[in-house]
Amino acid sequence: MTFDLIAQLQTRERTGAGCVAENGFCPDWIADNLDRYVDPFWQHVYLTVVSVTIGFAIAFTLAVIAHRRRWLVAPVAAFTGALYTIPSVAFFFLLQPLTGRGNTTALIALVSYTLLIIFRNVITGLAAVPDEAKDAARGMGLTERQLLWRIEMPLALPEILAGLRIASTTTVGLAALAFFAGAGGLGAVLEEQAFFRSNVVVAGGLAILLAAALDLIILAAQRALTPWRRAAA
Amino acid sequence: MSPTDAAGGGDETIHSAATLEFRQATKRYPGQDEPAVDALSLEVPAGEICVLVGPSGCGKTTAMRMVNRMIDITEGDILLDGKSVRERPPAALRREIGYAIQQIGLFPHQTIAENIGTVPRLLGWPKERIRSRVDELLELVSLDPHETRDRYPAQLSGGQRQRVGVARALAVDPPLMLMDEPFGAIDPINRERLQNEFLRLQREIRKTIVFVTHDIDEAIKMGDRIAVLQTGGRLAQYAPPAELLMYPAGKFVEDFVGADRALKRLALQRVRDIDLWKVAQIRVGEPVSEARAKLRDADISIALLVDEGGRPTGWLSDEGLAGERAKEALRSRAEPVIDLDDVLRDALANLLVAETRYAPVVDAEGRVVGVLSLEVIGHFLQEAPAESRTGAELVEEPE
Repeated sequence: MTFDLIAQLQTRERTGAGCVAENGFCPDWIADNLDRYVDPFWQHVYLTVVSVTIGFAIAFTLAVIAHRRRWLVAPVAAFTGALYTIPSVAFFFLLQPLTGRGNTTALIALVSYTLLIIFRNVITGLAAVPDEAKDAARGMGLTERQLLWRIEMPLALPEILAGLRIASTTTVGLAALAFFAGAGGLGAVLEEQAFFRSNVVVAGGLAILLAAALDLIILAAQRALTPWRRAAA
Repeated sequence: MSPTDAAGGGDETIHSAATLEFRQATKRYPGQDEPAVDALSLEVPAGEICVLVGPSGCGKTTAMRMVNRMIDITEGDILLDGKSVRERPPAALRREIGYAIQQIGLFPHQTIAENIGTVPRLLGWPKERIRSRVDELLELVSLDPHETRDRYPAQLSGGQRQRVGVARALAVDPPLMLMDEPFGAIDPINRERLQNEFLRLQREIRKTIVFVTHDIDEAIKMGDRIAVLQTGGRLAQYAPPAELLMYPAGKFVEDFVGADRALKRLALQRVRDIDLWKVAQIRVGEPVSEARAKLRDADISIALLVDEGGRPTGWLSDEGLAGERAKEALRSRAEPVIDLDDVLRDALANLLVAETRYAPVVDAEGRVVGVLSLEVIGHFLQEAPAESRTGAELVEEPE
């Protein structure tokens, strides 16, 4: 019995094919097939970075406009909130009659999901700027524009970047479904052999790595851009 | 180098101090029956501290904020050096007016140097000039430039932040400063120190200052003139501190300055300002006949024994004048000894603590110049304030 088991294990180690047949975790197979993940990975990076960038540009602009016109905050939050509640798979399918299959459809959906998070964090960050700092700034003769860019924005930066981190992590996850819109990505390779463990581990692991890497990059940027927060501690 | 020299080096026209005039200045908020500030008229001469004081809701802060158009005037006008503030774009106006508030409002993300350099940067000063000005200002407010300039506000104590707030307000040597309870959030001991420091600074820089406080004692200490406002933004009285204490205009001011207003006047006067008693100063070995002549001429019937340098030794007993020449026979030592430059309040406290009714007063060299007594102080309190000093003149020089 014991001898049998050892013999089996030895067989698996020798021949990758056996491991694959057994649906195990097969380093040899992974090493041989790593190439097939390269393009989907970069496509995943592309989908994430482009949608977060566009989403940030839109949400940030909306937040800056709504910041001095508080009555705009509720409707913008309601609209972006409504977008956020649409199930992602449905979104990818719903858009196809209008925008076809491919990156455009995927990006529109992914951008939509970033808006609420980024908008809310920019608004919250700007609202948390101490009143006395704003009063002092106005009292010393900063114009509203100077106040926004020299005082409010730097002070809101930690909150804004926190929003960007959540948005990018979420987007990496949602982009794994972009293959429904025909936009490929790690989700596509994952779905091709969804029941083969080695494939799932590599495709899934790359997505997790990507999310973690983006998170760390933004965190590093935040630390570099806000030296005053460390000094306070 | 004085701050005026440093800031005057550029192209901007910098005045050392401006005159300020409220002319029927009124602020009415829509939907409110009573104005927040009601036809306020007062003039602040250049280089003086005008304190706006009153209970909360009296419009003192509103009145101050109307000057740099943080709040816009609805009727009337405010003139800065004869020019209406309403004709100036708010941002440009504010850059010429120093602004310090109770919460200080330092920018947490900027270093102390960047904070202080805010208005100079807005005015486009060259970097080098800003740097040297920042160091100069830090020294002016008793902070070490090397230690302070690259720190962030969160790394400083409350008192240090307050000083930075004042330095920042002074950055371009503005002819007018607005200060809204600048020492309000500081503990009493440090507040007293900052007040004294500020008055010393003011003696050097001679700015026109509008100073808002709810604390009548602070008003009396800081103000050259005090404007007492009452609810509804009406001016109840505008007068120098001593006059305000002596002749409060009506029940409101009387209540506001407090039942101890007579005692408060003692804080506004130095011993040298009042008529002291003349005293017979006797030296050991002096002929008793001469001594008796001096005694007849004096306001107090006890003679004071002094040493060769004129310093008080003690009060002479009858026995000391018994023989031909004065002997050292004392009924009591000359304690306490009051300094000519003591504030009357402190001198009175010294008398009370020593349980005595009178004490010799000495000048800076320690020589006796007269005697201060409870009667002298009582007499002063009944007199009109002829030439009482203001708080700024009463702060002592640093040791």
